[in-house]
Amino acid sequence: MPHNDHDDAPVATSKTASPERELVMRAVTINRSASDLYDFWRDFPNLARIMDNIVSIEPINGTRSRWVVRGPGGTEYEWVSTVTKDVPGEEITWQAEGDAEIANSGRICFRETHDRGTVVTATIAYDPPAGVVGKVIAKVLQREPELQARRDLRRFKQLMEAGEIATNARNARMRAEEMN
Amino acid sequence: MRALAWHGKHDVRVDTVDDPEIVNPRDAILKVTSTAICGSDLHLYDGYIPTMKAGDILGHEFMGEVVDVGVESTLEIGQRVVVPFTLACGRCYHCNKQQHAACDNGNPADNQDIGEKLYGHGMPGLFGYSHMTGGYAGGQAEYVRVPFSDVGPIVIPDGVDDDKVLFLSDILPTGWQAAEYAEIEPGDTVAVWGCGPVGLFAVQSAFLMGAERVIAIDHFPHRLELARHFGAETINFEESATYDALMVMTGGIGPDAVIDAVGLEAHGAFVDNIVDQIKVSTFLGTDRTHAIRQAIIACRKGGRVSMPAVYGGFVDKFPLGALMEKGLTLRTGQTNVQKYMPGLLAAIMEGKIDTSFLISHRMGLEDAPQGYKLFHDEQDRTTKIVLKPGMDMAA
Repeated sequence: MPHNDHDDAPVATSKTASPERELVMRAVTINRSASDLYDFWRDFPNLARIMDNIVSIEPINGTRSRWVVRGPGGTEYEWVSTVTKDVPGEEITWQAEGDAEIANSGRICFRETHDRGTVVTATIAYDPPAGVVGKVIAKVLQREPELQARRDLRRFKQLMEAGEIATNARNARMRAEEMN
Repeated sequence: MRALAWHGKHDVRVDTVDDPEIVNPRDAILKVTSTAICGSDLHLYDGYIPTMKAGDILGHEFMGEVVDVGVESTLEIGQRVVVPFTLACGRCYHCNKQQHAACDNGNPADNQDIGEKLYGHGMPGLFGYSHMTGGYAGGQAEYVRVPFSDVGPIVIPDGVDDDKVLFLSDILPTGWQAAEYAEIEPGDTVAVWGCGPVGLFAVQSAFLMGAERVIAIDHFPHRLELARHFGAETINFEESATYDALMVMTGGIGPDAVIDAVGLEAHGAFVDNIVDQIKVSTFLGTDRTHAIRQAIIACRKGGRVSMPAVYGGFVDKFPLGALMEKGLTLRTGQTNVQKYMPGLLAAIMEGKIDTSFLISHRMGLEDAPQGYKLFHDEQDRTTKIVLKPGMDMAA
């Protein structure tokens, strides 16, 4: 866990540091083993179940995957993400390849505790979108990374612990509307 | 199906809406046989709860017959069940500690944002109680979808009347937990502010837990009479000075434990709402935080303060100094209904706890809007209204 020179708090919570990219860090404790959680995450198409606005996540090879995300008015945005570090049961680091609309990279760590399951820590570094178009894209894609990380990790926890993702939909039609 | 939907302040209607279906594997669908209007429903009715949307189906106290089950439900079609008002997954850290009302997984991810911002953590999921607690359709309807049906609902034995067990859904466990949080020791004197359903069940529970005396405080004569029926001594705060009376009645010591069953009843209200809510409160006069202040001031040194009462935001003039200087213990929280249901069902079956005395009115679902108005306008005699969707068919 990176931290500054003065205390043990994660650098993403620093009031004074000014990293080159925006940093979002969020942790959640999930009552499952680290290997279960890693295995789910590393099989990237699974992430469509817990993330908003995903059209598809398609593995290209062992480390690269193509992400297609829903945008405004039926448009779709896509980019290729590459795994840059992979420690089974412990950590996955990724980086969006050069031409991504919002340059982003991230890391997810799985650290098992002795009695409360596994602490999952997600770190996302991104360049704030430039200009009006960038802001619109970010907003519509819900790629406001803090909000997205918060909700995605909650759904991850729900799916892994409860076996399903909580929904207030009263029937299949309402559920389908909610997913769109 | 027909369902009681919220449309705005003092505007609830029985609408025709889509039937619920199985959505998740652990779901069940119930045909509702009995559902009560809760005191906290009145705060939805009065329009003070944020994050309500027109068309929201109300009702968090309900029971019914299982008519459909998801692949992972453990219920069987035809069983009768009572459903806890809190949605709990049964598998997270908090559920494993029987802190079901702190379940991490019952509230949809997006709906947890407000609670996290207001309280530091997302709120649990509740039936029929605004979108910050999940936006789940409630049970004041012909049918209801019940998530986590393998761990929440309790199966009721054949031949036991709805009216005896319905209150396992909320107010009976809430009164019981209130008494448990008062950590009653044999010989104790316990004072209970508020003789609504929760207060009255707290009175019964306190005696079962060994209290020697229970002193009940309210201003509605009929409610005080009910408390007296269960063995409580009473103080009508409009006729007597509560603190002075308590001091004399306890030989100057003060009650060993105090229970605030009044509260604000406002789940997650915002700051600017609170002032209004205090002014227009309907249960105990005009200044509702008065109850918790008075309870803390009256409590004996080293005593316990139990607060089942619902508060949503911030209060002024909270006697933090008295809490510290007198060395009081404060316990509170939404009810861990799932934890208490089996024991309380047994107590009902053994005749140790009486619940049906509370019901003052029974009516069909179609009459629910009149029921809300009656409960709102006539607090003394209207102790509890139970809606019976089946009654409409019979009539």
